[in-house]
Amino acid sequence: MTWGTEHWVGLGVLAVATFALRLLGPWLAARVGGGARAESTDALLAGLAVAVLAGLVVTQALFDGREAAGWARPLGVVVAGVLVWRRAPFLAVVLAAAATTALLRLLGLP
Amino acid sequence: MVGLSFGAVAVASGAPLWLPVLLSVVVFAGASQFVFVALVTGGSSPLVAALTGTVLNARMVPLGMGVADVVPRTGWRRLLAAHLLTDESAAFTLPRRDPEERRAAFWLTGVLLFALWNLGVLVGAGLGGTVLASVDPSDLGLDAAFPAVLLALLVPALRTRADRRTAVAGAVVAVAAVPVLPVGLPAVVAALGVLAGRARRRGGDGGAP
Repeated sequence: MTWGTEHWVGLGVLAVATFALRLLGPWLAARVGGGARAESTDALLAGLAVAVLAGLVVTQALFDGREAAGWARPLGVVVAGVLVWRRAPFLAVVLAAAATTALLRLLGLP
Repeated sequence: MVGLSFGAVAVASGAPLWLPVLLSVVVFAGASQFVFVALVTGGSSPLVAALTGTVLNARMVPLGMGVADVVPRTGWRRLLAAHLLTDESAAFTLPRRDPEERRAAFWLTGVLLFALWNLGVLVGAGLGGTVLASVDPSDLGLDAAFPAVLLALLVPALRTRADRRTAVAGAVVAVAAVPVLPVGLPAVVAALGVLAGRARRRGGDGGAP
């Protein structure tokens, strides 16, 4: 990939925004207090992360940009899903997904 | 292990060697780093990738509220403590009551995790750069590694029925948005899925494990 100015901007935005979010918690707690309010916010934002992660999993599994990604990749992700469900170690999940996809491609599946 | 995978997969997918390493130092938040690299190497706009990563990190706010007492009030130590705030450092701090224990737990977990995470990413990036660089990433099935990682991060968070509804709604919204939105944005609008998790909770049926 070619790395350009807009990539630096993106990286900077992510780093600065993340740091700001980290500072915001203690700052807010000093003003509005922690406790119940923090818990209900946490539930909402945890839901936000769940929704976005789920959206990322399916779009990354099924698409290459706007094109369908073929069969090998989604099937690799399905294998990963089974292993996650069976509580396999993280590294095993990642390696199994890649290996399944690689093997299916070797067999000629797109 | 997660750091190692991140470094290796990122570099093998075509990111420059220093990118995962730099991200790990300045962002230091696993899921958002994976997402940023996956989206950028996948051709989406870096700003969209940054936005998606930021949404995932919104949880830092309530976590920071929960451990506010261990964050020094002023000075560089406050900034350092903020940067060390992660799911893990908060998780080890929150259950403790004694202020001294809380402070110790936070700093110990934070510093240790920062060191191990960055070491893992550095080694992983090195491996990715030397061992995997000469091969086509799609021959290795590495394009399946990113969604697999995100799945591994997602599933443990699905504790209640409302969580699962949220996830399904997020996935549906994202897929529906693929043909109409620029690459990368569909996952951001998946955030709307959170409405599905909450809508019926008010009706009293959600929330049961």
